[in-house]
Amino acid sequence: MRSPLGRAVGLGSAKEGVEHWWLQRITAVALVPLSLWFVIAIIRLVGADADTVGYWVGRPLPAILLVLLLIASFYHAALGLQVVIEDYVHAELTKLGLVITVRLVCFAFAVAGIFAVLSIAVGMSS
Amino acid sequence: MRSADRPLSPHLQIYRWQLTSVLSILHRAAGVALSAGAILLVWWLVAAASWLGLLMLFGWTVSLFYHLCNGIRHLVWDTGHALDLKSTYLGGWLVVGGTALLTVIAWVAGISSWAS
Repeated sequence: MRSPLGRAVGLGSAKEGVEHWWLQRITAVALVPLSLWFVIAIIRLVGADADTVGYWVGRPLPAILLVLLLIASFYHAALGLQVVIEDYVHAELTKLGLVITVRLVCFAFAVAGIFAVLSIAVGMSS
Repeated sequence: MRSADRPLSPHLQIYRWQLTSVLSILHRAAGVALSAGAILLVWWLVAAASWLGLLMLFGWTVSLFYHLCNGIRHLVWDTGHALDLKSTYLGGWLVVGGTALLTVIAWVAGISSWAS
């Protein structure tokens, strides 16, 4: 995602900062409609029993949007928390350890959430 | 190499608080809170509603709407617009008002949905 000029001249950071910056913004744009949809959907489900919620989760459109929300939000969280860690933690080894931990935890929770949504959706369609 | 006792900036103790810097650090705090809350939300969704759960959910929605509104403000800045002092304050107050409005709307809608 580096600019053509940046690549040709070969100056600037040798790290993956541009990629990080862009992914943070792309996930942010995706999260604007996704999070608003999620809040509205949850408000409509307040007070519903577990069966009703399960039926809602398993339908095609909510299932797809929930998976997209899980991917975008945990990706966005991992990128954002990495910046916070890099700003405040200056011991190289601690910083690396924390960034790796944050990534693994975010990845694990995203996978757990996606698995939950898919297992409900597959259980309903079979 | 005498750099240790130079004055450091920003000097948080004597710096005058401004809307811009307060919103800036709040955006970061809300982002961290949202990340931790996303994990807790999974548990809350499973468990029955409790007062502590409701209070934490309220905090989570405030963080969400604040981070959402201010995130849009950041996306506008990323295009190179509204970076002057007047616009940052106007945008800042819009974010504060938008957060309050969205939070009230969401909870009024949520409570009336629960009551029906």
